[in-house]
Amino acid sequence: MKKSKVFWGYAIIALVIYIVVQALISFGMVNMHYQNMLITMCINVMLAVSLHLVIGVTGQFSIGHAGFLAIGAYISAIFTMKLGMPFPVAILAGALAAMLAGLVVGIPSLRLRGDYLAIATLGFAEIIRIIFVNVDYVGGAAGMQVTHLSTWTYAFIGVAITIIIISNFTNSRHGRACISIREDEIAADAMGINTTYYKVAAFAIGSFFAGIAGAIYAHNFYIIQPTAFGFLKSFDILILVVLGGLGSLSGAVIAAIFLTFISTYLQAFPETRMIIYSLVLILVMLYRPTGLLGTKEITDLFKFGKRGGTKI
Amino acid sequence: MEWIQQIVNGISLGSIYALIALGYTMVYGIIKLINFAHGDVFMLGAFIGFFAIARWDMHFIPALLMAMILCAVIGVIIERVAYKRLRNATRIAALITAIGVSLLIEYTVIFFRGASPEAYPTIFERSTLNIFGVQIDTKSIFILGVSIVLMLLLQFIVHRTKIGKAMRAVSHDADAARLMGINVDNTISATFAIGSALAGAAGVIFGIYYTRIEPLMGVLPGLKAFVAAVLGGIGIIPGAMAGGLVLGVVETIVSALGFSMWRDAAAFIILILILILRPAGIFGKNAREKV
Repeated sequence: MKKSKVFWGYAIIALVIYIVVQALISFGMVNMHYQNMLITMCINVMLAVSLHLVIGVTGQFSIGHAGFLAIGAYISAIFTMKLGMPFPVAILAGALAAMLAGLVVGIPSLRLRGDYLAIATLGFAEIIRIIFVNVDYVGGAAGMQVTHLSTWTYAFIGVAITIIIISNFTNSRHGRACISIREDEIAADAMGINTTYYKVAAFAIGSFFAGIAGAIYAHNFYIIQPTAFGFLKSFDILILVVLGGLGSLSGAVIAAIFLTFISTYLQAFPETRMIIYSLVLILVMLYRPTGLLGTKEITDLFKFGKRGGTKI
Repeated sequence: MEWIQQIVNGISLGSIYALIALGYTMVYGIIKLINFAHGDVFMLGAFIGFFAIARWDMHFIPALLMAMILCAVIGVIIERVAYKRLRNATRIAALITAIGVSLLIEYTVIFFRGASPEAYPTIFERSTLNIFGVQIDTKSIFILGVSIVLMLLLQFIVHRTKIGKAMRAVSHDADAARLMGINVDNTISATFAIGSALAGAAGVIFGIYYTRIEPLMGVLPGLKAFVAAVLGGIGIIPGAMAGGLVLGVVETIVSALGFSMWRDAAAFIILILILILRPAGIFGKNAREKV
């Protein structure tokens, strides 16, 4: 009973945020520039939360998330621009294609561990990018024209679904299995958890939501190009998760919102932005290797009365 | 006959990969860290060589030595500042720090000089050698020569000197080596110094061969050198050389067949196949993980 109350509480807060922003947009109080920033923020939150499931919850170090973003972007763009399908169908198609790619990538590479997995996923993402460079149907290196269809509503619904499903997954039996894999894979295996199954499942779900983000990303600009999905993009997403805290969903969300805000203002100075990013990354890792929030959620910080006990 | 020419080109490219891969494999062998910044040390080496030759009118050999020495110093600084604290941290933290250091080096260079490419000065007249009807660029031969000398030198250091013995001991078991009175910190620093010096040398000869350098040039050769290291069996020095050469030849052949756009993909496909089929690499023994 109590849990569902909390859930409806969050749902109402989300609805209020949505209505307020939508009202501001309808009354013309938010100009195109800020609308764009809002949508970018939503895309980054989706990406951060989906990667959080893979890295933060399951402990599988994937640095090829931009590859799934690219698949979502391109497949959805093909559906709207070439096949003339409505946008929601395109989003779903992009997400499913990304999930399929996640399965294809995940099943062989999740037998690897640690650094090898990281480098293999990076390799897969690069292969995906090079495929898009070489396929003339989607415009090759020059990129593909896409109409502007993403709105605040789509972006917000995407974020809401992503957060609800991933947080529910994390708190379920399956999520706890994933956390046990993060903590100690060999022990989890010994306890009878099918580690490969859960790793691939987490990977596929993560890719699915990266695909949704990709679809919204593609339809937020007028053109998509393969260069936008290189490993720098993967590192950008990684930075969101790491900074927020490896294992903290609210941390990922806050970091995504905060960093989008900062990088929008630093857009004019890309070099400075990257220097600041990399310095922050190094300092956080040196002095707080679990990220700013660690595995805590932001709500844990307010539960003053519930301290004590052995709850972690 | 054109094939032989292509293979010679491939071997020259491969020897550059091999020089970078040696640094990767040595560092990985000793502290189990993928040093993403290694490719950027390679880039710094190329730029130091460029300044030495073009601005300060140095000859090739002094410029090469200067690039190697400065890169060795940079490598040790990176290790001392960024990686030393993380020896006992999680692998993810170490890898993310390495990515951070890599980005920091790249964008600091861009900040100071812009992202525009630089044309490397020509120090050799372009000439070709005619061997039994095969035209071979003298630059390829020269690069191959420098690489072979450096690799022989490395073999000598690792197998015949005291510091080489210490390196082998630490990579085998750091704690046991410490108990035996080996200064582990200094040994790790020496490994970084040697690896970075090789990467710096690779940067200079890359600049001479391709005549075009830029601040982000280290990323792709860096990743490919890592692929080469994995291909040969990570932590194994002859493996890195062989892996680099194989990768260079494969890439040149893929280009020669008319798939030059797929060249970069070829390296990653090889990587994934190797990781899935034979994770220990060509030269590696399959060791069971101890639980």
